[in-house]
Amino acid sequence: MRYAIPIAVLAGLLVLFMVGLQRDPRLVPSPLVSKPAPAFDLPTLDGTPPRMRTADLRGAPVLVNFFASWCAGCQDEHPYLMELARSGRVRLVGVDYKDAADDVHAWLGRHGNPYASVLADADGRTGIDWGVYGVPETFVLDAAGTIVYKQIGPMTQQAFEHNIMPLIGNRESGNGNRGGQP
Amino acid sequence: MPSARFAVRFLLCAALLVPTFHIAAQVESAKPPIVLDAQQEARYRALLPELRCLVCQNESLADSQASLAADLRYEIRGLYAKGASDEDVKKFLTDRYGEFVLYRPSLSARTALLWAGPFLLALAGLAMVLALVRRARRSAAPPPVPDAEALRKILDEAK
Repeated sequence: MRYAIPIAVLAGLLVLFMVGLQRDPRLVPSPLVSKPAPAFDLPTLDGTPPRMRTADLRGAPVLVNFFASWCAGCQDEHPYLMELARSGRVRLVGVDYKDAADDVHAWLGRHGNPYASVLADADGRTGIDWGVYGVPETFVLDAAGTIVYKQIGPMTQQAFEHNIMPLIGNRESGNGNRGGQP
Repeated sequence: MPSARFAVRFLLCAALLVPTFHIAAQVESAKPPIVLDAQQEARYRALLPELRCLVCQNESLADSQASLAADLRYEIRGLYAKGASDEDVKKFLTDRYGEFVLYRPSLSARTALLWAGPFLLALAGLAMVLALVRRARRSAAPPPVPDAEALRKILDEAK
């Protein structure tokens, strides 16, 4: 057929645009995924223990959630984080990014505190080392302290069940039984 | 009196600026300024427009007003002050945010298509134009002129 080539080219471009234009340019894939979590040493909000380091995150899978009292997206994801904390399916560590201690105390008082520990990154220096460019962002660490996933934007049930659970597995089947996942 | 009116306007405009001085003073006072020597300062100023701000992606780190951009400018000044090269600074950023922060990413297997793509498309376009021209020329060519032998044959047949 005479127009076979132009039609094929047009169809190719249509597919390219349909796929390409539906991708969110704000989601920048992190080069830190599948690498060990960057080193940090931050004070905790409640002072027990006074400071936490990267090594304190090892031992079990953990979600490291960068949030702030001034961030709207953090309020959106908060009810789900509370639900996750109640279910006890995974340990949650919050990093309070560029925030004032009074503000975050008030915010956690108002909305509830889902975190096992909250670390204060007051000047945002740790955020830079972790490649954070807009809260909320959540890093998923396996028991060895390797970043296995990064959620940019609010955590959702959909993201947790579909993207994160398969990577960290059930706590019960943690002893080398990775192949047992359905 | 016009000069009095001008003075009032001037004072009103100046009053509008007062809060911005206050904010600027707050931002500046948060961290001690980093002093660079003339050569470091020149390299810092030359590199900033090459770096993308991740918050407002169409702006460079030189232009962006985002708080993260200000933090990163401060980090980069700190790196230069410690004697870092341009490559060290780029590596600091790409290790954290990926190649996306570089407006001109380095040439690698992953970015080869990005760099070669426009030239490949231009070549494809050129090939298409050549093919069309050749086809047009072929169809427009006059029918072959019969030679004397063939003409005689035709005339013989017509008899």
